[in-house]
Amino acid sequence: MRKTLVPAAVAVGAVLAALLVVRLTGNRYAWFAGYVVLQYIVLATAWNVLGGYTGYVNFGTAAFFATGAYTALVLVLTVRPPLPVMILAGGLTAGLLGLGIGYLTLRLRGVFFSIATLALAVVLQTFVMNWDLVGGAKGVSVIRPRPAVPFTDYAEYLFAVMAVLAAAAVSFAWWVEHSRLGRGLAAIRDNEEAAECMGVPTLRLKLFATTASGFLMGVAGAPFPYYVTLVEPLSVFSLDYAVNSLAMPMIGGTTTWLGPVVGAVLLGTAQQLATVTISSELNLLIVGVVLVGFVLLAPQGVVGLAGRLASRRRR
Amino acid sequence: MGALLEVRGVTKRFGGFRALAGVSLEVQQGERFGLIGPNGSGKTTLINCISGALASDGGTILFRGRDITGLPAHQRTRLGIARSFQIPRPFTSMTVLDNLLIPLEYAAPGRASRTDATAAAMETLELIGLAEKARLRPADLTQVDLRKLELARAMAARPALLISDEAMAGLSSAEVDAILPILLALNERGITIIMIEHIMRAVMRFSERIAVLDAGEKIAEGSPDEIVRDPRVEKAYLGE
Repeated sequence: MRKTLVPAAVAVGAVLAALLVVRLTGNRYAWFAGYVVLQYIVLATAWNVLGGYTGYVNFGTAAFFATGAYTALVLVLTVRPPLPVMILAGGLTAGLLGLGIGYLTLRLRGVFFSIATLALAVVLQTFVMNWDLVGGAKGVSVIRPRPAVPFTDYAEYLFAVMAVLAAAAVSFAWWVEHSRLGRGLAAIRDNEEAAECMGVPTLRLKLFATTASGFLMGVAGAPFPYYVTLVEPLSVFSLDYAVNSLAMPMIGGTTTWLGPVVGAVLLGTAQQLATVTISSELNLLIVGVVLVGFVLLAPQGVVGLAGRLASRRRR
Repeated sequence: MGALLEVRGVTKRFGGFRALAGVSLEVQQGERFGLIGPNGSGKTTLINCISGALASDGGTILFRGRDITGLPAHQRTRLGIARSFQIPRPFTSMTVLDNLLIPLEYAAPGRASRTDATAAAMETLELIGLAEKARLRPADLTQVDLRKLELARAMAARPALLISDEAMAGLSSAEVDAILPILLALNERGITIIMIEHIMRAVMRFSERIAVLDAGEKIAEGSPDEIVRDPRVEKAYLGE
């Protein structure tokens, strides 16, 4: 039972450290930057449930993220529910989309599945571009409500919300990894046909993975309208999401819950720093270079590398 | 009581190629059943249809009198049909022990706790002679050990019917002699075994009854002695 608290403790510690830094420096931009890093912890963790644990590489993170964001946007434009309701609705819609994608795995494996998820993002973007309610291609502005009670600043509130979501996502990944379910997913990743013949209900488990992964991505996207306040398709369907949510687990290590967290913190922070100090266009270049480096030199990611070094020292 | 496994007129086509043309056979409880035939005669296809890895196009398959033709593979495994693969397909990211925990946790009847499952897995590894390698990963195993792992993993599903698909192909005769007693010991524990094999010496010694497939049809069935003397079998293997 004590082990269950590990990811939660890590998350709480990280958030408290971040809060402290922001409070001490008094730099409000840190809320925005921190929000993005936390959002990537959720996205990378979500991606890893399907990509790392189950072995199905999703190039369509943007589609699920956007499904969450646009579900929330439609709610903002119509009934204006509180933020938690938007998050839940965004997650459920994206989860439903994930369930649909899960049935694709019946016929599509490997690179073909990946291409299909990429196509999904393109199709959805085209759809949104032509949807007047959400502003079509030019987008729509939303006005933030007042933040919930203890908070005075909405950016601070969003940061706290995303921190809770990140902690929940990481705890969920930890639970999956250490359950019978996670071992079944690993069997699918290693050899799907053998897994099925060893009694693993592969379709049901894959549907679980795609649905849960989609849900978490939608959850990450739902607060986005209030974060940017101008919602337009190009930023919501940005390639950054697909590339980053894939690169972060790869860099951190795909086989454990810690990998995506490490990758998101390292890469996300580096990107935020580069955006402010050097150039906002440079951040994807950083991802590319770092990813190539890791694929060549440490294919098991930071976590795998650390584990290898530790076992070498023990000897 | 009827047969443990009953295959009735099973057909399977791949495009225009008829891999199985109405094959019927019965395997009795506790039997050691051999399935032989030349390359491409449909042995593995038949096994795939029985285990559920492939859906058959026609015919029915009964297990313990129950029609399982429409069931997915994992449910058939839970009912008690386990198979090994001709080319070993271990779960590469897991240790040998963890490989066995998958069927123990997912297929074996009366799901045990993880500690019990670990004990059961060790027992199976002990029986098959892989206990010392429990912590290794499949990449570190020899070809013989991979075959043993393949069998051990199928055994961990606690099957009533074990289908061994060329578990001994490519092994030396000393290695064959290492695996054969394992299968015999399993059979003594009451597990029915279907053995597909090209190594005649092994099949003849092991099987109580043998069926011969050729071009998707069953051309002969009987005791090893009868099969050896059957002119149709000779023709199938050697031509006229």
